[in-house]
Amino acid sequence: MSIKLEHINYIYSEGTAYEKAAIKDICLEIKEGEFIGIIGHTGSGKSTLIQHLNGILKATSGELYCNGKNIYEEGYPMKELRNYVGLVFQYPEHQLFEVDVMKDVCFGPKNQGISPEECEKRAREALELVGLKEKYYTRSPFDLSGGQKRRAAIAGVLAMHPQVLVLDEPTAGLDPKGRDDILEQISMLHKRTNMTVILVSHSMEDIAKYVDRIIVMNKGEVMYEGKPKEVFRHYKELEKIGLAAPQVTYVMKELKEKGIPVSDDATTVEEAVEEILRGMKGAVK
Amino acid sequence: MEMIRTENLVYEYEKHDDEGNVVGMQRAIDDVGLHIKPGQFIAILGHNGSGKSTLAKHMNAILVPTGGTMWVDGKDTKKEENLWDVRQSAGMVFQNPDNQIIATVVEEDVGFGPENLGVPTEEIWERVEESLKSVGMLEYRHRSPNKLSGGQKQRVAIAGVVAMHPKCIVLDEPTAMLDPNGRKDVLRTVHRLHEQEHVTVILITHYMEEVVDADHVIVMDHGKIVMQGTPREIFSKVETLKEYRLDVPQVTMLAHELKKRGLPIKDGILRREELVEELCRLN
Repeated sequence: MSIKLEHINYIYSEGTAYEKAAIKDICLEIKEGEFIGIIGHTGSGKSTLIQHLNGILKATSGELYCNGKNIYEEGYPMKELRNYVGLVFQYPEHQLFEVDVMKDVCFGPKNQGISPEECEKRAREALELVGLKEKYYTRSPFDLSGGQKRRAAIAGVLAMHPQVLVLDEPTAGLDPKGRDDILEQISMLHKRTNMTVILVSHSMEDIAKYVDRIIVMNKGEVMYEGKPKEVFRHYKELEKIGLAAPQVTYVMKELKEKGIPVSDDATTVEEAVEEILRGMKGAVK
Repeated sequence: MEMIRTENLVYEYEKHDDEGNVVGMQRAIDDVGLHIKPGQFIAILGHNGSGKSTLAKHMNAILVPTGGTMWVDGKDTKKEENLWDVRQSAGMVFQNPDNQIIATVVEEDVGFGPENLGVPTEEIWERVEESLKSVGMLEYRHRSPNKLSGGQKQRVAIAGVVAMHPKCIVLDEPTAMLDPNGRKDVLRTVHRLHEQEHVTVILITHYMEEVVDADHVIVMDHGKIVMQGTPREIFSKVETLKEYRLDVPQVTMLAHELKKRGLPIKDGILRREELVEELCRLN
């Protein structure tokens, strides 16, 4: 079970004066159960790329395989792909519309042709997963707080039981606790169900903390790909394209330069703590 | 005279049920006293729903208090005859750049504010030029705002406020929708306005790293001010901030964790250089 992109190109407004290649020659394989992070500045092609994953955009050229089947082949059941890959857009709460939270979350599965009882069951599970309390199920989604709306919207996608969950900046505009809560829940979901997760984020700290593999997009191309430690080793090149390494990685590099015997590839606070304590054993009181 | 002053500021609104009946009152701001001096750089922190945006909206009279008083540059915001003065003294920049840009050419957008103030045409153009220069966007003056990045649009929005010559700029999460580069550019612009043009700045944000250079930090919770002090004072209270659903910069967190594990690091480390220096001292 995987998604495979082969030489995917996408050109906006092809054949007009505004023609622009948004993504170029993308070759990627996303394996079942991976937690992937996509980073890149605004306009680097991240959103265009993820919209290919569930067929919202159709590549100008190249092939996309979902579980070995070419989705661009004549007669490929698009509906299958959309059930397989769930996409949570930026500010998904703007898409809430139903009269109460329960109905809103049921909307997706209902359209998949699932019975009302099963819809409700799935909706309850999904709402529980995102940590929204039962007392909110009968409220209008518009009466919820920002963080709660965001959760309800994510639950709406989860209720469709996707096996790949794609989230485009799910924490934008949330307070620090709200950010941590949502990412923790997604991470837990990933561990519990082995769901594949693809997270687009501007926060290098969050990416370093949660993902197994990072894809760096620049000018429509994949610039780097690898484990957080490998990718953030290129921090100088990342800075040139408007990205950076997590703050702690810089601290480690500077400590090493000053002669403190630490390895400089820590990307999370936890790793940095252990590494500094190891390198500075003598100073611990 | 204080730039912004409030006394027992209260803002309440009615809560409705599904049929539209009033079921009670909600207090978004609860007895807030503020004293902001001209030229200060103030940061306001607080979780979603803590009342910080409601407070910001009082600063240029989008909302007026339901109890207590707010004065902007000495003018009571409740009095309708003060509305224009208040709005000229305190300009406001919002989160979403797309909701603030109205014209089809950058320079016309920036000129919209002063035009509404009745500034003579000649002077409008001078102001447009000087404000676009001050946010580093002069070379984009003839462009369409649609073709700009989020950070660039946000700087145009700031220029639009600057062109009205406000004494104070209130920014409500101006970087929430931007990428790291856009965020840096917007913050640099705000700091430049503060340092060189001595504009009073009130910055509301969820990014703790953006607060370390402020003169004074205010933390809000349930409509009240629950903490205030210098960034160092505020960020040395890691556990208290967590209770208010907030956080500290990653470097501060690292210092805090190392201290818990036995390294005698001083409290309130805010910057990378400080932590590196402190660790070198201990080694």
